[in-house]
Amino acid sequence: MEIKVCGPGCASCEQARKVVEAALAARGVEATVTKVSDFAEIAKMGIFSTPAIVVDGEVKCVGRVPKQAEVEEWIA
Amino acid sequence: MEPIQPAGCDCGAADDHRKTGTGQKRMGMGLSLLLGAAALVLWYLVYRQLEPFSLFFTYSLLGIRHGTHLGEAVQFFVYDTPKVLMLLVLVVFIIGMVRSFFTQERTRKYLAGKRETVGNVMAALLGIVTPFCSCSAVPLFLGFVQAGVPLGVTFSFLIAAPMVNEIALVLLYGLLGWKVAAIYLVTGLLIAIIAGWVIGRFGLEHWVEDWVQELRAAEAVVIEEKLTWADRVDRGREAVRDIVGKVWFYVVLGISVGALIHGYVPESLMAAIMGKDAWWSVPAAVLVGIPMYSNAAGIVPVVEALLGKGAALGTVLAFMMSVIALSFPEMVILRKVLKPKLIAVFIAVVGSGILFTGFLFNLII
Repeated sequence: MEIKVCGPGCASCEQARKVVEAALAARGVEATVTKVSDFAEIAKMGIFSTPAIVVDGEVKCVGRVPKQAEVEEWIA
Repeated sequence: MEPIQPAGCDCGAADDHRKTGTGQKRMGMGLSLLLGAAALVLWYLVYRQLEPFSLFFTYSLLGIRHGTHLGEAVQFFVYDTPKVLMLLVLVVFIIGMVRSFFTQERTRKYLAGKRETVGNVMAALLGIVTPFCSCSAVPLFLGFVQAGVPLGVTFSFLIAAPMVNEIALVLLYGLLGWKVAAIYLVTGLLIAIIAGWVIGRFGLEHWVEDWVQELRAAEAVVIEEKLTWADRVDRGREAVRDIVGKVWFYVVLGISVGALIHGYVPESLMAAIMGKDAWWSVPAAVLVGIPMYSNAAGIVPVVEALLGKGAALGTVLAFMMSVIALSFPEMVILRKVLKPKLIAVFIAVVGSGILFTGFLFNLII
């Protein structure tokens, strides 16, 4: 599984990454988590507000830090 | 016929189940409404007691004499700190709930079809209620460009969003009264509307970085969330934890500086430097404000103390707007999508608006 955390690297993007990693650990799921901070690359995915989470190419949430329970559903 | 009956039964069962579900939810909502009302009443009762308590604490409990520098500074601090924090919690909670209705996606959709002028006004107003932080300025800008929002309208939003924010308004209301808060709100919106309109008139689209124009962005992904009232209350609570958790320190720091100025700085000093007669103080205040980066939370208590010591309202407003609206870190972030010339125009136009506001209020008040 491939998870992308999109955001320029402010506090809430950092928070989003932590939530994703906590969810992965809680579910015991293996995944590569990459941080995407290049604005052009983020925009090409159709994302115009950050932080955003992309799981296997599918945009799951835009413009907010998700809750851990939500992320666990996406990776289940 | 027979196979239909169990199916009907099943439906009925499901229906029943749903009914009890909403019944529980309604009871839960009634209860939380009641709790909310009780919390509001309690909030109000405590809030009313703050001033008498600060007087009692300073002059009776600590036994500091009336009219001393120390007494004034201590009373200022003991009264203003809880007052401002309480106001902040209440308003941030409400705004957090309101914002769950306005996502950036929706704002973009509203603005995409709008002409200039109407678009500028709407953009400035939406700037107040749309969730925004300076690090999301670039994706937001790209989204607006991609959706075909005119450049000037985009700027109206980018100016209003940080400048006219709930924290600034709460603090101005709490410390200086509703008139100053209203003046700030109205002039802030006007600057955003007019500056955005002016930038739009210049036709500076070619001063946006080339890669932005070449960007063939994918269709914007819009994820509409279904939010219940409980979710919105949750958002309010999250906002309080997030925002108040972040700014309380600056508020206390700001009030401490304010308390020192309040108690110890002689009134004539500020009148000479920042008073009405010193015309140069307005441009100086704007210039000093640009490299300073503070959120509204830290700057307003200082502003209050300055005003109390004879600084002119226009000068102080100009200073505050400059600190909040023309922030250096935001310029650095916007540099990624705007050529330096456009940033210079942005600073010049917004700066002129702030200067004008400063002179105007020094003249009429």
